[in-house]
Amino acid sequence: MLKWKIAGHALTLLATVLLGGLLAATLVRLAPGFEVDEQQLDPHLNSESVQALRAARRQDHNILRFYFSYMNRAAHGDLGTSLALGQPVRALLVDRAPLTLRLLSIGLGLAWTLALTLAVSAAWLRLSVYDTLTAVVSGTFLCIPAAVLALLSVLWNVPGSLAIALIVFPSIYRYTRNLLVKAYSLPHIITARAKGLGEARILFWHVAPVAAPQLLALAGVSVSMAVGAAIPVEALCGLAGIGQLAWQAALARDLPLLVNITILVTLVTLLANSGADVIGHVVRSQEL
Amino acid sequence: MNLWRKLAWVALALVLGASVSANWLSPSGYAKQYRDATNAAPSRSHWLGTDELGRDRFARVLYGTRISLLLAPAAALVSTLMAAFIGGLAGYLGGTWARIAMAVTDLFLSLPWLFLLITARALMPLNMSPLVSVMVTFMLLGLLGWTTAARVLCATAASLRSSDFVRQARAAGLSGGRLFWIHVMPNLRPVLYAQFWISIPVFILSEANLGILGLGVAEPLPSWGSLLKELEGLVSVGEEPWKFVPLILLVVVVTSFQLLLSREEEVPA
Repeated sequence: MLKWKIAGHALTLLATVLLGGLLAATLVRLAPGFEVDEQQLDPHLNSESVQALRAARRQDHNILRFYFSYMNRAAHGDLGTSLALGQPVRALLVDRAPLTLRLLSIGLGLAWTLALTLAVSAAWLRLSVYDTLTAVVSGTFLCIPAAVLALLSVLWNVPGSLAIALIVFPSIYRYTRNLLVKAYSLPHIITARAKGLGEARILFWHVAPVAAPQLLALAGVSVSMAVGAAIPVEALCGLAGIGQLAWQAALARDLPLLVNITILVTLVTLLANSGADVIGHVVRSQEL
Repeated sequence: MNLWRKLAWVALALVLGASVSANWLSPSGYAKQYRDATNAAPSRSHWLGTDELGRDRFARVLYGTRISLLLAPAAALVSTLMAAFIGGLAGYLGGTWARIAMAVTDLFLSLPWLFLLITARALMPLNMSPLVSVMVTFMLLGLLGWTTAARVLCATAASLRSSDFVRQARAAGLSGGRLFWIHVMPNLRPVLYAQFWISIPVFILSEANLGILGLGVAEPLPSWGSLLKELEGLVSVGEEPWKFVPLILLVVVVTSFQLLLSREEEVPA
């Protein structure tokens, strides 16, 4: 069963790569300036060389041929060249990825710590005042655009990872809080409480197993939320990561770069969701 | 009705009323420049001061609110109709169609919303006229924001397909298309309404994000996104607090929508 699940996810990833590749190839081919080849303008080339270049270019006009050659190049690590920056897309991605990864991991860690602390304490304490207060705090952050939070983080000299955490935390908190409140109201947990079981034991032995599969699914989704938040945070905080690169590519209409980033991000989020789903499946099967 | 919901309705009515009567409240318009009073502080003639081009900020906030508040529901309508068509039909037809439609939906959902938006926006020229840029921005939101709603509608339509009254109608000889429009669609209406209302604050926030990133509505047309872009030049929060008025307005409106959407027990008492 687990093997089928992993195979299903692998198939989805493969389909995404193929579909994304087709989309990327089509967009790159339709991008303005595709027909123009700077090499052809080189005054050192004779007419035969220019003709040979044009003939090579004409081959790309067949969308299927272009698609296969694009995928072939991509499979060998050649993702094309950025139109705006004039550098290989692969080099740009490799250069920018570490900062984004660091931002996302710290941001997600902070968001989950904050959300879990507030959600567990809200479900544990069951004080309406505390519940209202946390609801107001998370609700306020939910109503502020991510880009404004990024601007405010610049204004207050707060690290970008904290801005990502504050963008992602309200959604995690709301879902987790509802999940935990529901878990705490289950009959066997009420009975455990009535029998005087310690709160920590109830939380780790009875509430956590009930909420774990859904929290794992939420963990996968939160990666996607954090990646989305990386664009405004990196763009407005001046952090040279993948998000800023995507923003610059969008402003410059640099499609080869933008489409490759989009496919990469889709793969990362799909991998995170698939990983969460597989781990959730393992947890559920062990409970049974 | 819960007190918080009443307050939310009042806040929305006030903001919408003020924005709709922008022509009357600020007859000079959003684009008129007061060249001798650029970056002015609030005064009797300019209640919220002027921007760096000398345009009255109060007028721009009113007109910008009107654009965001009227076009976000329009985009929500487009996305809800698309979701009804794709998700509802997929759920009703079931089988391979549903699988294909949901696979495409999942693919869209796996892409972070802002990435999808900026990629799609980058495909359009950035130097388009302000009016076209407004239409393109909100149309994009509408055309790309149907996926979550489509999933919900697909599940609802699939459960309706196997319900007794649909089976009876089918047994009575009703054709597929008529059955869908007369019996299934009206029963999807509550879910459609909910998805429509959920989409509005999402689209308002998305437009604001796009605007701040310079990929939204083009100048000189104001929108909440372009108005919030002014915050970029601030050195401290206390320096020019009136620049935060669009943000406060946006938060009030989005909070009001959230309060109207939230279930009775979730609303803080």
